[in-house]
Amino acid sequence: MGEHTVTSFDEDLAQIDRLIRDMGDLAGVMTQDATRALLKSDNALAQRVISDDTIMDAKQRDLDEKAITLIGKRQPMAQDLRAVVGGIRMASDLERIGDLAKNIAKRVGAVGESATPRSLTHSIDAMAQMVLVQVKSVVERYVEREADALTKLRDEDEKIDVHYTSVFRELLTYMMEDPRNITACTHLLFCAKNLERIGDHVTNIAENAYYVLTGEQLPVQRPKLDETQMMTSAG
Amino acid sequence: MNMLTDAAIENALDKTPAREAVKMRGSDVRVFYGEKQALFDVNLDIGENQVTALIGPSGCGKSTFLRCLNRMNDTIDICRVTGDITLDGEDIYNPRIDVVELRARVGMVFQKPNPFPKSIYENVAYGPRIHGLASAKNDMDAIVETSLQKAGLFNEVKDRLHEPGTGLSGGQQQRLCIARAIAVSPEVILMDEPCSALDPIATAKVEELIDELRENYTIVIVTHSMQQAARVSQRTAMFHLGNLVEVGPTDKMFTNPEDKRTQDYITGRFG
Repeated sequence: MGEHTVTSFDEDLAQIDRLIRDMGDLAGVMTQDATRALLKSDNALAQRVISDDTIMDAKQRDLDEKAITLIGKRQPMAQDLRAVVGGIRMASDLERIGDLAKNIAKRVGAVGESATPRSLTHSIDAMAQMVLVQVKSVVERYVEREADALTKLRDEDEKIDVHYTSVFRELLTYMMEDPRNITACTHLLFCAKNLERIGDHVTNIAENAYYVLTGEQLPVQRPKLDETQMMTSAG
Repeated sequence: MNMLTDAAIENALDKTPAREAVKMRGSDVRVFYGEKQALFDVNLDIGENQVTALIGPSGCGKSTFLRCLNRMNDTIDICRVTGDITLDGEDIYNPRIDVVELRARVGMVFQKPNPFPKSIYENVAYGPRIHGLASAKNDMDAIVETSLQKAGLFNEVKDRLHEPGTGLSGGQQQRLCIARAIAVSPEVILMDEPCSALDPIATAKVEELIDELRENYTIVIVTHSMQQAARVSQRTAMFHLGNLVEVGPTDKMFTNPEDKRTQDYITGRFG
């Protein structure tokens, strides 16, 4: 894409892109640190995630302000308009990812105290890895302008959902086996749910990024069956 | 699980396609000013009761095309028009067409407000009088009043109808010109940058007016303001170097245009 006749317009747009990239990086770091802190019962790391969230919030507010000023000042059209509005929406999803990572970090103390057996955390670890890859790639794909990769990335969320269902099932089994596991497993279950939610926000970001890049909306995904609901109502 | 059909979703979004009738149609329109060709094979339909915006950089041919629609180009000696332009299916360049009558059906509002140096009343009454639309004074009064009302100007001028039209503010003068165009009951109104000499408030009033006029008239507007085209029109046509490069629903043109030249122009990336 060529440059604007008014060069400061390009600079304004670049600032928004830069903030999205920063927030994406931070969301990746926070997700990674939060799960690492959880699995290793690392309280110091958990605290860092909590303080990182303040930075995330500040960056989102900054982006909002810049985007609104840009709209007021430049009245962007076509791909510029999509980039600004899409930017606002992506930033709000990234900010939510930060919140969810913080929620995971806040549970670190609680899980740690009830002495989680290592065996309970394997499947969460695997799930966290999947989510982390998603978080890191989504902003990268956007920055690299790879629309097709974003479509694939959105479809990948299905795997996280499937994995979440199996984590749910596994933790349920541990709790039935030994009631002393209940406290730890409940906390882990919330963490798994938070990871699953992070995956959903990545999906939203992928959809927004795709729209910004192409001007087309991705086809609506059909509502999926949430197996965990079935299990709880049956069980 | 509750799954909605695509049709049900479309229905919930109220996406029923609008009725689209063609009021005017240009086919392979070429315009020459002497040796110089100003328009190249333009094919463009003007939808009935729609606002069609013509955009493009200066010299792209959008005003030239607009002026073909009521044969204003006839007034320029060296100008030659080929191709077909129809109004309700009838060729407006047919020699049997009465040009004066054509211009009553296809009225025009110009960039600079150009009221006659006469009273407000006479500005509006002039057209109906020469076209013999009113015989009694009462009829003429009624035409003047409704035209001024439709142009959103009546309340501002009703106590000074016999004062000169040139004494009004720029925005009022432009609405007076619109009232003058409406007075002869045209079917199509052509507007050539009608707001470029107006302040934002007067512009807003004219835009509001355009939106109301769409109920009864077909409107074609040339504008340099992207935002204005986006606000007032349903369809937008982009011209560049005498070619029609893209035409489509306005919403799509300003969010996701297909042609690179349209993108560059509306986003401010033109050389």
